[in-house]
Amino acid sequence: MTPKTPLIKIKIQKENFDVSEETKVLQQNNIGAVVNFVGVVRGYDEKNSQIINSMTLEHYPGMTESEIEKIIVDCYNRWEISGVTVIHRIGNLKPADQIVFVGVSSKHRQNAFDGCNFIMDWLKTNAPFWKVEENNFKKNWVCFNDSDKKALKKWKK
Amino acid sequence: MIIKYFSWIKEHVGKSEEEIILPNHINNVDQLINYLNKLDKKYNIIFEKKELIKIAVNKTYSSFDKNINNSDEIAFFPPVTGG
Repeated sequence: MTPKTPLIKIKIQKENFDVSEETKVLQQNNIGAVVNFVGVVRGYDEKNSQIINSMTLEHYPGMTESEIEKIIVDCYNRWEISGVTVIHRIGNLKPADQIVFVGVSSKHRQNAFDGCNFIMDWLKTNAPFWKVEENNFKKNWVCFNDSDKKALKKWKK
Repeated sequence: MIIKYFSWIKEHVGKSEEEIILPNHINNVDQLINYLNKLDKKYNIIFEKKELIKIAVNKTYSSFDKNINNSDEIAFFPPVTGG
């Protein structure tokens, strides 16, 4: 049976997450697909041609969770989705560390693919997180990427 | 009124939040920005290009003409860069 109420999990945390464990949470009876996205810290800033030794993420407690919830609710209104998990890490991270997990489950794969893509695109542009990249010489607040805004166009109804 | 700052804006202001008593003649976010600009030069660089600034009133994205009062929480921050 599909759960009567949508399965929504939103976590903002310093700790790492286990993709395998999170996938199991999304697997329920009558689920045919789970699509996961994992964002990872890059070790090189191609735009500024600089090595990244670490990255620190900050957020706006309360607003971040409510913005992510709005995105998930919008996702549920667009596709037949059974469960959504969003985990976003904050604090200091190193290259190759996991930053973000978005997992979406549904009866059929296309809804899960679309839902996961949709949540990630909106999270990039609306969820209040900010990254500062650090190396031995300086720190650099990451600028908003226009391509992230352009990515939203595909979701206009 | 609580005003919160994030990212590079927080560094320019030198603090992540401050509490002010909102003067009676200030009714919206735009007027608050003008007030802060006159209060201290450190705010000038933040609000120099307002199109680069995002605003939240009580943890909801808002516009410059949003009405505010002394019990509101206002946040100023640059466009977000999570994910």
